[in-house]
Amino acid sequence: MKKEIRITGFGGQGIILSGYIVGKAAAVFDGKQATMVQAYGPEARGSACSSQVIIDDNPILYPYHRDLNILAALSQEGYDKFHTLVRKDGIILFDEDLVEFDAPADVAVFKGVPATRIAEDLGRVMVANIAMLGFLVAQTEVTSADAMKQAILSAVPKGTGDLNMNAFERGFQHQPAEIVVGAGAGV
Amino acid sequence: MSEQAVLTGEHFMTGDEAAAEGGLAAGCRFFGGYPITPATEVTEVMAKRLPGVGGVFIQMEDEMASMNTLLGAAWGGMKSMTSTSGPGFSLMMENLGLGIITETPCVLVNVQRGGPSTGLPTLVGQQDMMQAKWGSHGDYEIIALAPSSPQEAFDFTIHAFNFSEQYRLPVLLMMDESVGHMFEKVVIPKAEDIKLVPRRITKDKPADYLPFKPDDDLVPPMIEFGEGYRVHITGLTHDEKGYPVINAEAQQPLVRRLCEKITKNADKIYMYDERELDDAEVVVISYGITARIAQQVVNECRAEGKKVGHLRLITCWPFPEPIVRKLADRIKGFVVPEINLGQMSLEVERVAGRGIPTICVPNAGGEVHNPEDIHAVIREVLK
Repeated sequence: MKKEIRITGFGGQGIILSGYIVGKAAAVFDGKQATMVQAYGPEARGSACSSQVIIDDNPILYPYHRDLNILAALSQEGYDKFHTLVRKDGIILFDEDLVEFDAPADVAVFKGVPATRIAEDLGRVMVANIAMLGFLVAQTEVTSADAMKQAILSAVPKGTGDLNMNAFERGFQHQPAEIVVGAGAGV
Repeated sequence: MSEQAVLTGEHFMTGDEAAAEGGLAAGCRFFGGYPITPATEVTEVMAKRLPGVGGVFIQMEDEMASMNTLLGAAWGGMKSMTSTSGPGFSLMMENLGLGIITETPCVLVNVQRGGPSTGLPTLVGQQDMMQAKWGSHGDYEIIALAPSSPQEAFDFTIHAFNFSEQYRLPVLLMMDESVGHMFEKVVIPKAEDIKLVPRRITKDKPADYLPFKPDDDLVPPMIEFGEGYRVHITGLTHDEKGYPVINAEAQQPLVRRLCEKITKNADKIYMYDERELDDAEVVVISYGITARIAQQVVNECRAEGKKVGHLRLITCWPFPEPIVRKLADRIKGFVVPEINLGQMSLEVERVAGRGIPTICVPNAGGEVHNPEDIHAVIREVLK
């Protein structure tokens, strides 16, 4: 089944890397089709930064988003910019310390994770994106957990594997308070 | 040499990175270039990777010089490559011609962005397609391939090197920003499974060798410098010895042969993809990123029972005339979406003639087509 995933935040949070990891997990380690494109250029600098991933069982033709299933927001600006694009039956994941939302009526399921706080607990704020990927896998099964872990280990600097796996696990285990708005139900 | 030249395995990489890896897998060991968005990542990969595989990377002062380094490196015995985008492609035009008249194998990757001039550095265009064919002065024929995915960026860069060695000319990989910056799975085969065309080296002794005397397929063999051969290489019109001869008697056969070595071998060069053409009443012709949008539209049309087919150009040059002519005899019309205001559609129209409509779906660049715009034209032609 086709799924469109957008990860958004601000520059330096590893947003593009996160999209790369999701795409690689699906394409290389889960054996599915995946395409990742990034908002690129001056229009993407210093403000809402985002990566777009499409995962499908069939070959992907149109490579850009038309019907967003999942938004993972690590900044308010990214959330504000993209949350209205999510399908009614989609899901929005967000860093609960960084994003406050005025839930638009009749759209999506919202689930929060303290991704940045988890990373701070682990001593490296830079792994907040990996905590979000753990949360993403647990809540949406967009890839298998094994594939995501393999993709993370293949993409992060040598010597940071344990740290990143800890961040992944903490995000994966987090039990969110589910906020259901409108008629949406899962992905 | 300490690193692997062929990264056998499954990767998740961009079209730009894949083109660079394709070059390395094809045996490219020289890259002279000047970084420019959206082709910079090709340059970056080559800068990082070439020294580790025994190769040479030079960042030149501009694109004119970059193109010349390719020619020098090729005559020095290496496989050479560069990458650029619109403004740099324009600067490379003069020395592309030098590569053509000196019959120098090399590969130029153009990751197309919106123009004219500096235009849209970060956004897609397919506006250099006619420049690829006509941008350098004088008569010439060229080989230009258009990949639609990172996997094809890898595969077609290898094809480009093989064509350049087979027919002795600069070959163009006409990528676009969308494919260049898109990440997808790229499967790199084992080195021994990659078919490479070796450089054609003369069997004549130095005393007998005529550097521009062609074999039966109109392509002359090269030499390896340092083996006792003396060769003069010039951009001036030359005879088979390679020395300048500035008259019609030398010009006529040389320029005809430079063109005919492509046109007379074109049947061996054409590459294209045929999808659902058998019963098609309307055929969409496209290439590069636009082929993916077009294929989606064709699939949607088929689901609605409309008889629409898709001819995807892989070699835009030489333009595959025979298949287009054959289709023109029996269909209602061609629809040609491209991210320009009508370039390859002119070629389709030239070959199809006036008997049926050839309708371009224009797009001045910055984004891919809205599929609905292609649908609308197909509906019009089907009426």
